Amino acid sequence: MSQHTFKVNGKQVTVDADDKVRLLWVLRDLLGITGPKYGCGINVCKACTSHINGKAFNPCSVPVSAIKPDDEVTTIEGISGPDGDLHPMQEAWLETDVAQCGYCQPGQIMAAIAKVKQARSEGREISDADFDEIRNICRCGTYSRIREAVKSAATKM
Amino acid sequence: MARLFLVRDPRSRSAFLRGQSMADQRRSPLPALESDGLQRRRFLGYLLAAPTLAVAARIGMDTLDAPDAEAAIPSLPGPADILDLGDALTLAAMPTSNLIVIQMNRDGTASFAVPRAEVGQGITTTVAMLIAEEMDLPLEKVNVTLADARPELVFNQLTGGSNSVRSLYDPVRTAAAIARARLLTTAANQWGVQPSSLTVQKGIVKSRNGKTASYGSLAEAAASSRTEQVTAQPKAANTFKIVGTPQGRIDALAAVTGKKQFTMDLQVPNAKPTMVCRPPTTGGSVQSVRNLAEVKAMPGITDVAVVSTGVAVRGETFGQCIDAVRALKVIWGPGAVDAEDDQTVLKKLKAATLPMAVPPVLTSTLDAEFTFAFASNSALETNCAIADVRPGSAEIWSPLKSPITTQEQIAVMLGLPVTAVKVHVMTSGGSFGRRLFGDAALEAAEISKKMGKPVKLMWHRADDSRHGRTHPMSISRVRVNYAAGNVVSYEQRHTSVTTDFGHGLGEILTAVAAKLPVGDIGFSQTVYELSQSNPYNFGAVTNLLNEVPLKFHTSSMRNVYSPNVVCARELIVDQLAAKFGKDPLEFRRSFLKEDRQRKVLDTVAEAGNWGRKMPAGMAQGIALHVEYKSVSAVLMEIDCRPETVNRKIRDGVAGPRVTKAIMAVDVGLPINPKGVDAQMIGCMNDGIALALTSSLHMDKGLPLEASWDNYFYTRQWNTPPEMKVIVMPANGEPGGAGELGVASSIAACACAYGRATGTMPTRFPINHDTLSFEPKPKVPPVPESPTDGLNYAF
Repeated sequence: MSQHTFKVNGKQVTVDADDKVRLLWVLRDLLGITGPKYGCGINVCKACTSHINGKAFNPCSVPVSAIKPDDEVTTIEGISGPDGDLHPMQEAWLETDVAQCGYCQPGQIMAAIAKVKQARSEGREISDADFDEIRNICRCGTYSRIREAVKSAATKM
Repeated sequence: MARLFLVRDPRSRSAFLRGQSMADQRRSPLPALESDGLQRRRFLGYLLAAPTLAVAARIGMDTLDAPDAEAAIPSLPGPADILDLGDALTLAAMPTSNLIVIQMNRDGTASFAVPRAEVGQGITTTVAMLIAEEMDLPLEKVNVTLADARPELVFNQLTGGSNSVRSLYDPVRTAAAIARARLLTTAANQWGVQPSSLTVQKGIVKSRNGKTASYGSLAEAAASSRTEQVTAQPKAANTFKIVGTPQGRIDALAAVTGKKQFTMDLQVPNAKPTMVCRPPTTGGSVQSVRNLAEVKAMPGITDVAVVSTGVAVRGETFGQCIDAVRALKVIWGPGAVDAEDDQTVLKKLKAATLPMAVPPVLTSTLDAEFTFAFASNSALETNCAIADVRPGSAEIWSPLKSPITTQEQIAVMLGLPVTAVKVHVMTSGGSFGRRLFGDAALEAAEISKKMGKPVKLMWHRADDSRHGRTHPMSISRVRVNYAAGNVVSYEQRHTSVTTDFGHGLGEILTAVAAKLPVGDIGFSQTVYELSQSNPYNFGAVTNLLNEVPLKFHTSSMRNVYSPNVVCARELIVDQLAAKFGKDPLEFRRSFLKEDRQRKVLDTVAEAGNWGRKMPAGMAQGIALHVEYKSVSAVLMEIDCRPETVNRKIRDGVAGPRVTKAIMAVDVGLPINPKGVDAQMIGCMNDGIALALTSSLHMDKGLPLEASWDNYFYTRQWNTPPEMKVIVMPANGEPGGAGELGVASSIAACACAYGRATGTMPTRFPINHDTLSFEPKPKVPPVPESPTDGLNYAF
């Protein structure tokens, strides 16, 4: 067991865990942050997608020891504004009524935010080709509404 | 199918709510007649003795009098056998037996615990809409939760067969109508006016002279001191203001903020992460564990125990459980189907196919055989349950579609009375048939008992894929004889590995099965008979099922037999059209039995611009399916050109791309068109997966697939860039919708593929014969979690 310190959703946390325990379990089992979901544990389904320093990643495949003290981890719980305002991506999700069972949706939203930012940083708007690269599985098959919502949110981000 | 649930009460005029007249109940100047000329029906319901207004109606019963209720409990095998008869009679004799209850709260909200599972299909939103409509309450003032297992409901707590709306529509509206009438009467009595002079808007009762009272303020005064039977006349469909309008899901905000609570998100004291090391076979059991003590000493691990399904480990984190499962050295006994693989099963299916009745007429016969691989109904949330088993009692939390069966099985396993086992139905991260069985709940209860501690059991994805239930492999043979521009006979022989229906019976199936002149045929045959109907005038039609009893872990998958049966049929319809020199749409139009079906087909054909010119290697396909008193037609366009088929996808399959998918759907009364739209989009993605990419490969009795990068459910790179659903206007009572569109979608996709490639496909999914992944080892049973996740950050 060793101590790990980093920032989650704007708060500094210190947690006792074995170095190799993957961050997903540190978040869910030790810190009680349950927005990121388990769907495979091998970086395939992307249900646990969260952000590290603003970039999308999958905590199921990162040992807690790889998180540095100044790293900022953001989960679905941490993307709303300081006064509780929803993120434009969440708003678009509600307007489009994207979710069905909802299990993959926190990961979908986190991936979508990063995808829009990635396209922006490459000097373009998000396109069908970008959507084809999103690997997050939705077993309810909400893909077309995800595309619609992301396009709408991108105009407000 | 006849509506069996609530019966029109011929005594309605005399048995009436206290102090009310017919006009009060009608409560609006709207006509008493439905637009179709049918009189509004009157139903029986109850006022319950409670501190605030509580109203109820009965589901699944066709009797008028409460005391007769116990006579309606069917004496069926399975679950009924293990619910002690005395218990059953006691429960049935309770005045609230078999009732669904709406509670009016002091804060102005109405609460309802729906005896169904919410698996993403939107039943909580639909039911909330029905209550809001009938009570004139804003939708956000209706709280719908999932009822715990209620054994007194007997067969009325099964979520399946796309039957929830059909079975709850009348009882929920009845109870809500009673609540509204009672609240109005209460206000009228307080103000000394006639109830008929009052109006309600958004849960506020108003009198003509400007007095107002909120439902919340009336909730206590409206409560009944004793339980009594009353009648109600729910609103006429042509007065609906909420029902029939598109509404967003009531749990949408929770879903997008990460607050929606699934089973594994619950914090039950001391219920620590638990997983099971499973055999490299289906159903193999533990002979011995070589390093049990060593694994128990691993970091974070608290318990290790041998159970009937493998070796259970409990620890501080699931990560440490995964490590422990991988470290276990287990000697396994044989499994149940170790000698079986795709080829051996196929051989058995072919041998078991029932003969055709009509001999071929050489010059005008079409004969074809279609093969459908094993498929997985795996949801994204893996099988899971929390169990806290103590001496004399047990408490379970799990996503369950047949919670009563699970509760009874757990009671038998633990040697407890059913009433000592509390089963909480949790919202589910998808189902697709998977939650029909409480496999994880049973396993969690066994482990908790063995360890003497609460457990939070989660299946690994590899467990879910390999040991979760599969939709069995099947073959469908079709023979059609035709002559002089007519189809003389259509025969289909569907042969499948046995589908396990051991989760119990739904009320609609039970009720109808009892009335069928089918003698002692099995339950599978009954389901098949009830779900398969041929919408075409094809002369002498026979459609028979035979099953091969192999001990794979099977269960229904969304739409059960229909996707495979209908895919085969619609492909043959395309072949027939070609033989007749007709366009596939024209052929279908001319042979369909009903105008309602033709209308749906025409709608999709027009919206999809049927018949438009497409480049070589691309084509349109069209197909139709009728079930659950609903109709769906799908038009898909597919791109089978090499540059599309062979496009590169990392750790995934590309293959043909459906570029456009359109469905027209007639569900009778679409209560929430937005919900229907979502369900149908999902059905189309399911159908595309079943036609093109998703299957399990059986190897020594176990699927090779252990991951979402092995089991190719439709992904963003497969989904059509253009999708559309046209919900036909309301034209009757609600039909079933949740599964409806899978069959028409797999069929449309297969037909499009056949027309684009010029060859009718006969083996599904079309990429099954190519193994497009490196199978993961079977020992250890779960893969290690990677450590390089940061390399993929974007």
